[in-house]
Amino acid sequence: MARAVTNQRKAINTAAAWIIGLLIFFPILWTILTSFKTEAQAISDPPVFLFFQWTTENYSTVMERSNYGRFLWNSIFIAGGSTILGLIIAIPAAWSMAFVPSRRTKDILLWMLSTKMLPAVGVLYPIYLLFIQFGLLDNVYGLTFILMLINLPIIVWMLYTYFREIPGEILEAARMDGANLKSEILYVLTPMAIPGIASTMLLNFILAWNEAFWTLNLTAAKAAPLTAFIASYSSPEGLFYAKLSAASTMAIAPILIMGWFSQKQLVRGLTFGAVK
Amino acid sequence: MATKASRSAARAMMAPAVVLLLGWMLVPLIMTLWFSFRTYLPLRGGDQGWTGFDNYVRFVTSSSFWPAISTTLILLIGVLVITIVLGVLLAILLDQPMWGQGVVRILVIAPFFVMPTVSALVWKNIFMDPTNGLFAHLWKFFGAEPVSWLSDAAMPSIILIVSWQWLPFATLILLTAIQSLDGEQMEAAEMDGASVLSRFFFIALPHLSRAITIVILIQTIFLLAIFAEIFVTTGGAFGTRTLSYLIFQRVLESQNIGLGSAGGVYAIILANIVAIFLMRIVGKNLD
Repeated sequence: MARAVTNQRKAINTAAAWIIGLLIFFPILWTILTSFKTEAQAISDPPVFLFFQWTTENYSTVMERSNYGRFLWNSIFIAGGSTILGLIIAIPAAWSMAFVPSRRTKDILLWMLSTKMLPAVGVLYPIYLLFIQFGLLDNVYGLTFILMLINLPIIVWMLYTYFREIPGEILEAARMDGANLKSEILYVLTPMAIPGIASTMLLNFILAWNEAFWTLNLTAAKAAPLTAFIASYSSPEGLFYAKLSAASTMAIAPILIMGWFSQKQLVRGLTFGAVK
Repeated sequence: MATKASRSAARAMMAPAVVLLLGWMLVPLIMTLWFSFRTYLPLRGGDQGWTGFDNYVRFVTSSSFWPAISTTLILLIGVLVITIVLGVLLAILLDQPMWGQGVVRILVIAPFFVMPTVSALVWKNIFMDPTNGLFAHLWKFFGAEPVSWLSDAAMPSIILIVSWQWLPFATLILLTAIQSLDGEQMEAAEMDGASVLSRFFFIALPHLSRAITIVILIQTIFLLAIFAEIFVTTGGAFGTRTLSYLIFQRVLESQNIGLGSAGGVYAIILANIVAIFLMRIVGKNLD
């Protein structure tokens, strides 16, 4: 039963929520706006909000000067590669735990989760040393592998919670209709599993894209992704606000858009199914 | 209904994930434990043999240990209090009927997707810079002296930045939990004359307690490991050196591997204490 809500109350809610929402979003909005200003306008006092000479010059400067393309490619390669590799390893594992559970399934799942809690800084030197030994320092493949391992527990968990929602009866029904194992997997299970796999992929791509411990500590010039690219703006280029803003906007824009599509999965993925 | 064959197939399907995670956990852990009992200075004489519990004792007796612990706790508690109090209020607000709810949700969630180095640097330069930052302009506008945020008020500034990043997470999870609240129960209470406050404290808050616990535990694990925000803004100066950052400096900056590893073992133990509680809740949910 829906309660009649007075328009007045609705208007107050709307005003309050929009003001707070815009306040929270303001730093991002301001960064995006600043990226279209000239350097002089970016630091002008009083600040200019919307009425300035819009320019895209900062974007071209950043791209020309700092080899932006390579950082972008590294980010895409590391985030994409670690996600795909993780899925290849996690899908069979989550599948078997969801459909052929044993007494130990729960313990294995919890143990996997516990590896996610290992503080990175506690194992920094061993990983650093192993990377030097195997020549993986400042190497995109090494970083891809590490990020895959960090996110593997989350991938397994998310897939497990999705797969468990696929009703087992549907398999029996398919079998009764004479489906063999191959067509069972291909025509019955896969279509039902794809949405879950897609959401898992999206969330993990975002997490890997934004990861900023290993990407900062294990890369230098060659394999550095966008997180490190931005960190390099710390000084003195960071004082060029318009260019810093342009670089930042380029680094966050694709993920913001993906993130907005993955709001629901975020809750499931980061609370390990404990909040639905 | 699972047959013997399907059981062994299931084990085979799980094997790669289990083996990889086992390796990821054990190999570096054993190495860290090993180094923590040795005097190991790669730039000053290399590995100089066993030293017992010396590193463990030196780590906790060094003058930077207790400040690091208190910095870690201040950061942790500050961010938790801010994100949970504001998160509950914001979640309740967002749950109300309004126009443009979807858009507001998107605005509120956005900071979570900003990579840590970007949010740290944008806050540091564009907002908190004492000469050209937006806050400096605002302070001057009101005739006040601009503040050097990241040196004079470094901890509050970092708490602000980190809270901004994590508020969306708390809000989103609490909002999900609120939406499962029984509307009829609320209405019944309202009809029985319960005030807004008592409805909040006796119905909404108890209903949210589980979600709040989960937010606390998950954020604690991530907040104990905060790195990029400090690395980019203060580099651990001005009283912002957390336990994680101290270990990072011992290991990579001063290259004292033994000492840093002993610190790492402490950090691992600390994280595990939190993890046990989280796992218990998650585990209950699996049955």
